[in-house]
Amino acid sequence: MFLKKLTLAGAAILMSGSAMAACNIDGRVSIVGNEFPAIHAVADGAKACSGGEVKANLTADHQKINVAGMTGNPAEYTSAIIANSSIVALMNEDVIRPLDDLVAKHGQSLKPNQLIKINGEVMAVAFMANAQHLVYRSDVLEKAGIQPPKTYEDMLAGAEIIRSKGLMQYPLGGAYKAGWNLAQEFTNMYIGHGGEFFKPGSAEVSINNAQGVATLEMLKALSGYMNPDFLTHDSNATSAEWKAGNVAMMNMWGSRMGPLKDPEQSTAEVVATTTLAAPMTVGGGSTPATTLWWDGWTVAKNVSDADAEATFLAMMNGINPNRLDDEMAPLAVWLIDGYEPTPAAVGVFAAANMNATPYPMLPYQGLLHTALGAEIVDFMQGKESAEKALADVEAAYTAAAREKGFLN
Amino acid sequence: MKHSSFFWFILPTATAMLLFIALPIISVLIQSVHTPHDAVLIETENCGPFGCTTATTIDQEATRALRDEKPLGKFVGLDIYFDRGHLAIDEVAETWANADSLGQFFSDLNNLPFYRAMAFTLTFTFSVTPLMLVFGLMIALGVNALHQRIKGVLIFFSLLPMIVSPLIGSLVLFWMIDSRGIFGSALQWLFDDPDLSLKASTGLTWIMLIVYGVWHAAPFSFIVFYAGLQTLPQDTLESAQIDGASRWQQVRYVIVPHLMPLITFVALIQLMDNFRVFEPIVGFNSEAHAASLSWFIFNDLGGETRLLSSAATSSVLTIIGVSILLTPVLIRTWRDFNAKS
Repeated sequence: MFLKKLTLAGAAILMSGSAMAACNIDGRVSIVGNEFPAIHAVADGAKACSGGEVKANLTADHQKINVAGMTGNPAEYTSAIIANSSIVALMNEDVIRPLDDLVAKHGQSLKPNQLIKINGEVMAVAFMANAQHLVYRSDVLEKAGIQPPKTYEDMLAGAEIIRSKGLMQYPLGGAYKAGWNLAQEFTNMYIGHGGEFFKPGSAEVSINNAQGVATLEMLKALSGYMNPDFLTHDSNATSAEWKAGNVAMMNMWGSRMGPLKDPEQSTAEVVATTTLAAPMTVGGGSTPATTLWWDGWTVAKNVSDADAEATFLAMMNGINPNRLDDEMAPLAVWLIDGYEPTPAAVGVFAAANMNATPYPMLPYQGLLHTALGAEIVDFMQGKESAEKALADVEAAYTAAAREKGFLN
Repeated sequence: MKHSSFFWFILPTATAMLLFIALPIISVLIQSVHTPHDAVLIETENCGPFGCTTATTIDQEATRALRDEKPLGKFVGLDIYFDRGHLAIDEVAETWANADSLGQFFSDLNNLPFYRAMAFTLTFTFSVTPLMLVFGLMIALGVNALHQRIKGVLIFFSLLPMIVSPLIGSLVLFWMIDSRGIFGSALQWLFDDPDLSLKASTGLTWIMLIVYGVWHAAPFSFIVFYAGLQTLPQDTLESAQIDGASRWQQVRYVIVPHLMPLITFVALIQLMDNFRVFEPIVGFNSEAHAASLSWFIFNDLGGETRLLSSAATSSVLTIIGVSILLTPVLIRTWRDFNAKS
């Protein structure tokens, strides 16, 4: 009896929580997406809907399962939460549906810049922005007597001062893990140098040039001030190094700032002196060496119209402006109407204001990313020259692009 | 056994093998000689939170028409087998033509992913397999000589490395050898070199993976050899002792010949397992220094753009590799079998 009352009371509380959103759906909703706090918050909002079953499978391996899980008919996943790089795989396989009719019907609260339009059709609804930017420890920089760096050249000089004064042996951090992370750092730095990845209007790669060499040389110079295990450090491991107080400056994702400023996860000294700043430029360029990202949701093509509508409504509830409370607001730089920037958003906003370049949404960019992550490792270890590494990247990309039918 | 009873006896196994082994292999083979159709690319206007840009996307209508016409994709024969990601025929020929010496040729060959993975996989297979056989035998002999009471406990502890799932086991070791981990720091202190990092050196990474491989696989050979030791004919051993055989001679001339069929069995299984080395590479994040064909398959399927044909080709190459490795052992077993009958 007591249990029954408790359940009822619990249900009542849940109802009152979702009452303000008043989300009723009539259909099946199944979400697949990456795993970090902001995405959890969106999925929780979708789950608050009543009337239909809402499931969410949030995992760091989402990219390995989302295409396969949306290819069948009916698709297992009715919605995939993706970013501007990973929507390409879904577009290439044609597993997501245009949302124009659903946006017209239910999407009045969406701001125009939330609608991701490809070839005139709305293919995704963006809910947050992300970018890598500078973070530094104000106390260490003060002790070393240096200003927060505006350029990567300043960062190198500052790192040398910190090391020579004996403050830290490895003052720089960075997610340089071989594979996706390292390729991302190359992409940032190459854009900062003003490089173009492909010959205009074609899938033919062209990175073996002066900008490519300068990019690699900068990455190598920076890695000299990093923990020697840098090729195994992803964003998680780099954040852990930061929280342990081992790093003074790094280029890190805006979405990782919440945990770095969380007093429960690090010492008071580190939390208090962790300072966010704009992304740096490199090589005298004015474009910051970073990329802008959005995260958004899509609706599967191979599901019934009823399920698609239910999914749209549930996801809309996930990003309902009413849900932006003190807990949810600091988790990300939300694109949702009514979002007021929190201190954790400074870096991403600075990146957007500096007109940072969005990560390229090209069908073959992912292949180049994979090739970069695998082939520039030899250069980072000092085993081959920059030109050779870049030639290897081009060769590996060309083989993959031929296989996928992008090149003949 | 009558032919009809043999037929009914083997039918369920044969059906299962056909369904779950033969058909998938055939499907992988077919996929490895096909690639996706040429993508029809169009220029489009894309808009988002950061403004509008002109970009290239795939023309879905046109691509779908191509796909419907030929669902398997474009037949390319052995092109994928010979491309740079796999056997890299053109690149090898070029390397051969440009190399001044054999050493130069092999070091250039190491730049191609397939040959680099082979170098590691073969080194791994041929160091781990004999080492785990030797260690397994040593542990089995040691445990067998112990008092009955403590045997049970020791057997349990010796089996632990095999019980721990490979990914977890390698992750535990990965953090221990981190430059801030217990082993990593100890080594830095021991060699008085603060920059020493096991993870940053290819040679040390290989050694670490081999040590892990032996640690993980030795319990398997131990438990098989231990079971074999229980069937050791005591009279043969006693007569050897009366003849004055030392402990080493007893092992060399009585115990090892008795265990030989088991040693062949364990070697066979391990050659196969080690050639497919995968979990430690993921667990140790060692793809910068060591990769294997299995890891290539994982990487092809997990990238932002999946390379299905490439993964299929790597799978077929793995099967061919395992077959080549196992041939000598299989021939030997076949000869023994014929000699007996």
